[in-house]
Amino acid sequence: MSNNIERNAGTPLDLEWVSNSRINKSATHRRTSSLGGRRSIKKTHQAAWLLKAITMIDLTTLEGNDTAGRVQRLCAKAKQPIRSDLKQALGMEDVNLTTGAVCVYPNRVREAVEALHGTDIPVAIVSTGFPSGQGPVEPRVQGIEKLVEQGAKEIDIVIGREHVFTGNWQEIYDNVKAYREACGDTAHVKSIIETGELATLTNVYKASIVCMMAGSDFIKTSTGKTAVNATLPFSLIMCRAIRDYHERTGFKIGFKPAGGIRTGKDALAWLTLIKEELGDEWLNADLFRFGASSLLGDIERQLSHHLTGRYASSKYMPMG
Amino acid sequence: MSSIREIFKTMEYGTAPESAATAKDWIADHKGEFALFIDGKFVTPKDAKMLKVTAPATGETLAHVVDGTADDVAKAFKAAAKAQKAWEKTSDHERAKVLYAIARGIQKHDRLLAVVEALDNGKTIRETRDIDVPLVARHFYHHAGWAQIMSRELPNYQPVGVVGQIIPWNFPLLMLAWKVAPALAMGNAVVIKPAPATPLTALLFAEIAAEAGLPAGLVNIITGGDEAGKAIVAHGGFDKLAFTGSTDVGRIIRQATAGSGVKLSLELGGKSPFVVFEDADLDAAVEGVVDAIWFNQGEVCCAGSRLLVQESVAETFYAKLKSRMGKLRVGHSLDKNIDMGAVVDQRQKETIESWIQTGVAEGAELYQAPCELPSQGHFVPPTLLTNVLPASSVFQEEIFGPVLVSMTFRFPAEAVALANNTRYGLAASIWSENINLALDIATKIKAGSVWVNSTNLFDAAAGFGGYRESGYGREGGREGLFEYVKRKGSKTVNRGVDPADLEQWGARSYGRPGTGNGAVAGLVDRTAKLYIGGKQARPDGHYMYPVTNPKGELVGRAGDGNRKDIRNAVEAAHKAKGWADRTPHNRAQILFYIAENLAARADEFAGQIQKMTGRSQKSAMEEVEASVSRLFTYGAYADKHGGSVQETTLYGLVVALNEPVGVIGIACPDEFPLLGFVSLLAPAICKGNTVVAVPSSAYPLSATDFYQILDTSDLPGGVINIVTGGRDHLTKTLAEHDDVDAMWYFGDAAGSLQVEAMSAGNMKRTWVSYGQSINWLDEDLAAGEEFLRQASQVKNVWVPMGE
Repeated sequence: MSNNIERNAGTPLDLEWVSNSRINKSATHRRTSSLGGRRSIKKTHQAAWLLKAITMIDLTTLEGNDTAGRVQRLCAKAKQPIRSDLKQALGMEDVNLTTGAVCVYPNRVREAVEALHGTDIPVAIVSTGFPSGQGPVEPRVQGIEKLVEQGAKEIDIVIGREHVFTGNWQEIYDNVKAYREACGDTAHVKSIIETGELATLTNVYKASIVCMMAGSDFIKTSTGKTAVNATLPFSLIMCRAIRDYHERTGFKIGFKPAGGIRTGKDALAWLTLIKEELGDEWLNADLFRFGASSLLGDIERQLSHHLTGRYASSKYMPMG
Repeated sequence: MSSIREIFKTMEYGTAPESAATAKDWIADHKGEFALFIDGKFVTPKDAKMLKVTAPATGETLAHVVDGTADDVAKAFKAAAKAQKAWEKTSDHERAKVLYAIARGIQKHDRLLAVVEALDNGKTIRETRDIDVPLVARHFYHHAGWAQIMSRELPNYQPVGVVGQIIPWNFPLLMLAWKVAPALAMGNAVVIKPAPATPLTALLFAEIAAEAGLPAGLVNIITGGDEAGKAIVAHGGFDKLAFTGSTDVGRIIRQATAGSGVKLSLELGGKSPFVVFEDADLDAAVEGVVDAIWFNQGEVCCAGSRLLVQESVAETFYAKLKSRMGKLRVGHSLDKNIDMGAVVDQRQKETIESWIQTGVAEGAELYQAPCELPSQGHFVPPTLLTNVLPASSVFQEEIFGPVLVSMTFRFPAEAVALANNTRYGLAASIWSENINLALDIATKIKAGSVWVNSTNLFDAAAGFGGYRESGYGREGGREGLFEYVKRKGSKTVNRGVDPADLEQWGARSYGRPGTGNGAVAGLVDRTAKLYIGGKQARPDGHYMYPVTNPKGELVGRAGDGNRKDIRNAVEAAHKAKGWADRTPHNRAQILFYIAENLAARADEFAGQIQKMTGRSQKSAMEEVEASVSRLFTYGAYADKHGGSVQETTLYGLVVALNEPVGVIGIACPDEFPLLGFVSLLAPAICKGNTVVAVPSSAYPLSATDFYQILDTSDLPGGVINIVTGGRDHLTKTLAEHDDVDAMWYFGDAAGSLQVEAMSAGNMKRTWVSYGQSINWLDEDLAAGEEFLRQASQVKNVWVPMGE
């Protein structure tokens, strides 16, 4: 991750802001459902936008059976996300096109850092009791410190969802703040609020602003491990939370939807949402990421289709 | 064209044009010239003048259509009349099948319809594709259903007959559907005139309907300009006229059709409030504003064009709104990357721009979206005028363009006062996360559609239509069906009124002593007074007039009221409007109590009737007993006619509330001096209206005796006001009164015409008898649903759900 933006210094916990959150669900859904009709990215624009999307992917594997070999393959794809002939045909041959990051479990940090050595691609590691946040609290801070030592540049932490339902915002704030301190100056914190488990849009908004007040660099929708992950309505509310935080503090916080974003078409919908709600400044890897594993493959096929006019097959695209 | 590398850096949207090829092919099929659609065929009249149809987005010519004439209109009505006779005899199921086939046909050709509509009107393809056309199909589906169950659901009704329909240019196809679908479902035939600027989808619809098997002559389409419109109104060969358009034209139509007995529904202008409370989801409300005023370029009769923001959040809200405006894109109607298209023509553009200048000149602050506008075509950017005060004309007048005017309020009651400070009453949008507040405000704003935390929602199952000068009648829902039916067996009214009668109507002569036969024998002198605000009042003019029986014998004297008495009575009626907030149970109790007290004095009331009318004791007693029963009927209805839940496509509650109309003037019939009076007053007050009643001039004493009953029945003062005197003379003042919401007139044909014509001043609702008498003893005819409908207006409150 480059440091083109001023890092979020956090703010004291403002519980009045939390309790004054007002989110209207039906209006939120109307906005997201009409957005696709208001904006349509076609042809050359679509190809360019899809290429941009690649640069914002946290190319992810978070499986129990991940091995060094699997991580190496993923990193290779992150470094060279589309076939070189496609890249050339799209007129992008001299552009350094990589994914935004590679995202793996803590036990895979060493292999990932090694595989990406010599590139600008940061390694993102999920941590702090991922995915449920129900593990013991004590080892979390040390865990982060160790990961940072090992070369992780981004730590994707999870919040304790239990505290959302008990209204213990102080606990969430203190935890995230401690994680942020553990990251120090070298690594960024991406706070996963796990939208699918928070039950309401209002909770999503509240959790978002508390994480930002505690100093998160990014807020992230989901672990990808629950039935409901990143949806456009959840994302809209998180974008609005980011906008509100920016208006109040001047800090720009990144946004990472994760889980369920699988197609180029999905990616365009999210990029449109970001452009509309947060603006062009957010349309880069410093402030926006997709947490995704299969998205890149579909984008590559769409780019091939753009070039040839023929629908593409994944067997022609190198695996990650 | 930018390269991929450049766009990769800038992340611009570019354009995404929907193809116009098929639409152009369809126009070419007609060689670019469209004939009229009469009796199932495209007909080009000899020596037809042609009108040019252009695309507002570019100014290019799309096609030419016939400028219809009075001759063409006459042919169309002839075809409609013939076709209707057969159509009304077809079974419900047969009609339902045809409407269903039309709905399917709309869906089969939905993209073509959407493209033609966007080209012709200038609105965005997003809206025609995602909103207009699906609603059109939905309307035909819904009304296919009503056709299927018409006999079961409306057993006492029959088709009204032949219908004339005139529709505007802002939703050309949707307005056609709103008018044609219920008309056909209920067994009528129509002659419809689309607006000259936007006739193409109506012609395409004609082809689709014919393909779906609609019998010839049921839908006739007359394209053309003002002359064709005037020819339709002047033709008169229809039983019902439905108009959507400006209030000014609506007023002319009301006057032109006065006294004819033609059913009339008018859907007119609006200046609808968009109210944002401090506890609203402000970002959601900002999107609401986009959908309220920048939907269809703001060329929407129910556009949320008056923004009222609570002062505590106004600055925040304006900042959010302006920032949102920075993202709006305006462009060619077929570009799938825009939020707003072109306004309909150059004249409309100039009108809108002139309103903006007026607003600024009157002190408003101007902010316009910084979007690029195409160099060709008629475009106005999304516009916000803040710091607009009620005294400013842009706060009051409908602009019909993408211009939002805004001001602040301090507390809920002030929001209601500002929201209602308008001649219109079409719609309102209310934003608050507090359901108690939102529903309270929804109840208090005078408008036909109220959207809570939403805006511009429409559905075939929920009636749409206005209060006040926004017109009357509803389109959609069960309530909309009654615009296209009449009671079985109801006679065609006498449409001729002698001009001499018109001249005479409403003249007055003041009462003088000696015009009767002296004192009423054998009784203590009784002086019937007026009854205003719960008190007996001497007539302002200090005149009394004698009341005589048919033999000319004096039976009493009554106050000879004048316009000032009417003024006082209307003011008293307004002060008593808290009556509407009484619980239905309480209104029922009072109606029953009135009945109880009348029954206790039945002999006395029968005696008075006998004395005034010379009828037999038995007949008089029958009238009193029927009056007691009638009061019971409305005591019964007081808590059984509240409204219904509408089954729309919204996830949420859509509730149709039967609200009172307001202050109703009632001119009572001469026949049945007590029962006629009671039969009209009881439904009015049952629904929470307050009333200024003018009893029969000939037999006023049953009404004046009645105020003693009211005094002992806990009815609050001012709910019923009684002004005796020259009934028609007093009616004139009531019909012209801007603060009277409805006028009922049960008198002669000339008076019916006058009342309808005079009502056009404030577009008050009217209900007149056209000189036909009613058998008030017949409970089926003289009580029930129609009376309750006249005494109420439907407000649909839309409450989306979900947390």
